[in-house]
Amino acid sequence: MILATGFFQNPNFLHVLYIVAFALFIYGMSGLTGPRTAVRGNRIAAVGMLIAVIATLLSRSEGNWALIAIGIALGVLVGAPAARRVHMTAMPQMVALFNGVGGGAVFLIAWAEFRNTGGYQDTPTYVALFSLFAAIVGSISFWGSNIAFGKLQELLPGRPITLGKPQQFVNVLLLAGAVLLAGLVAGGSHSQLEFIGMLVLAAILGNAVVLPIGGADMPVVISMLNAFTGLSAAATGVALDNPALIVAGMIVGASGTILTNLMAVAMNRSIPAIVAGGFGGTGAVAGASGAGAYSGTVRSVSAADVAIQLAYARLVIVVPGYGMAVAQAQHAVAELAKGLQKRGVEIRYAIHPVAGRMPGHMNVLLAEADVPYDQLKDMDDINPEFSRCDVALVIGANDVTNPAAKTNPASPIYGMPILEVENAHSVIVIKRSMNPGFAGIENELYFKPNTAMLFGDAKAAVGEITAGLADI
Amino acid sequence: MLVTNLTILVLAGFVGYAVISKIPNTLHTPLMSGTNAIHGIVLLGGLIVIGFAGNSAFNKVILVIAIAFGTINVVGGFLVTDRMLEMFKRKPQAPPRDGEEE
Repeated sequence: MILATGFFQNPNFLHVLYIVAFALFIYGMSGLTGPRTAVRGNRIAAVGMLIAVIATLLSRSEGNWALIAIGIALGVLVGAPAARRVHMTAMPQMVALFNGVGGGAVFLIAWAEFRNTGGYQDTPTYVALFSLFAAIVGSISFWGSNIAFGKLQELLPGRPITLGKPQQFVNVLLLAGAVLLAGLVAGGSHSQLEFIGMLVLAAILGNAVVLPIGGADMPVVISMLNAFTGLSAAATGVALDNPALIVAGMIVGASGTILTNLMAVAMNRSIPAIVAGGFGGTGAVAGASGAGAYSGTVRSVSAADVAIQLAYARLVIVVPGYGMAVAQAQHAVAELAKGLQKRGVEIRYAIHPVAGRMPGHMNVLLAEADVPYDQLKDMDDINPEFSRCDVALVIGANDVTNPAAKTNPASPIYGMPILEVENAHSVIVIKRSMNPGFAGIENELYFKPNTAMLFGDAKAAVGEITAGLADI
Repeated sequence: MLVTNLTILVLAGFVGYAVISKIPNTLHTPLMSGTNAIHGIVLLGGLIVIGFAGNSAFNKVILVIAIAFGTINVVGGFLVTDRMLEMFKRKPQAPPRDGEEE
């Protein structure tokens, strides 16, 4: 027994298992490149995590085992049922919540480390610096993710809540304040008051960054917060001299940064501009002053007419958006598509990179409804197809189809790449009302002569079309 | 020690970049949710630091919360990702009749 514990506590044993663990992380993540290897990849990464946890537990010599058991049991009891029960449509807020607790763990660990060492006494300065960095970023991520969760779950208003222009200045002040206090602590003040002050400023900053975010910017922000938690985990790893934390944290940091960038590019906006919360803000203003700017006529159609039009089409491109997720209409849409395919109609789905509230949100929902993977097309692949398609069926998508992004330099979304729906021979838009979308921008697509509107809840409306199809 | 750790940090960043940039748009949600689970690895930090918590009840409380948070992050993250990816894997050409799923 003594021999065995001695073996487990050999640092080389721990490090070898850590190397195994992060080799499994990297191998598992590379499995995500295709849908067939992805499930296995994720499970391999999970095994890596299990190995890292077991190795850490085996190498510990200190007590408090009961507390560890309580913590892990609590975590499993909360996390597992939540993950099993959540609806696919509620996935973005679930991811935000899991991300938030990760950030929470980071700043709590940094705080405990501060207290354990009597305010970083007799610790190298770099350890204090990395630990303080982790505390600030972890706290921002925790509070920011919780606000994101609140907005997506509709506990908080989805509209941007912002101070307007001074917001950026306030954010910079908050960050400067937190960094200043961190500097004092790292400089050897050992003051817990300053440490707590720093956590509080970072917490306010986390709130201040996410509260002004409008719906369309949400995927970018969630992905950014994910990167933040990763980076703060890596910093914790440097402070604790733990290579597993460093490697895993950096992988997440890198992937989150790539994703955030991709989405920002897809919206033709810079990340600082998104964080400053300009989109929702200016969009709302433009919406208010620009109401009625397109005073063309809107043509409305019945579900039965849509059914006829779809039944005799050769190629139909479905353009799903957040409205489909809200109405939980993905199964109804898949049902309609199946009915059409039986009649020999070709179906494609056009997926905008920022459709929904999370990167890849639409893909997940459609996959849930058993839509074949190869019918889902990225923006660049599908855009040339619109000109040869008979009907483009827009279901709950708005801003990502707005031609103003190409034609109207005054529009807040000018320059954002869009799905070129207006090139389709005929466009049918399913929408609850003529209210402008999340960003508050009028969509001139609805006033085009080849566009017809089918008003109603996405799920009900698609169901009616499917029923109409049966009557033909 | 610092230099070694910084080396690991920088190299891991590049590895992460290389691996992740090959992943198609379609799988971005599972990717995000999978990487989300991985940063739950801070759990290890909680397991290590709680060994030095001393007699302070407050330290113990925040570390138990940290461990619980980390566990939620890991367990929830991997389970949710698994559920999502299973849906991508399902082969849809055989129209799934009720009770006929594998």
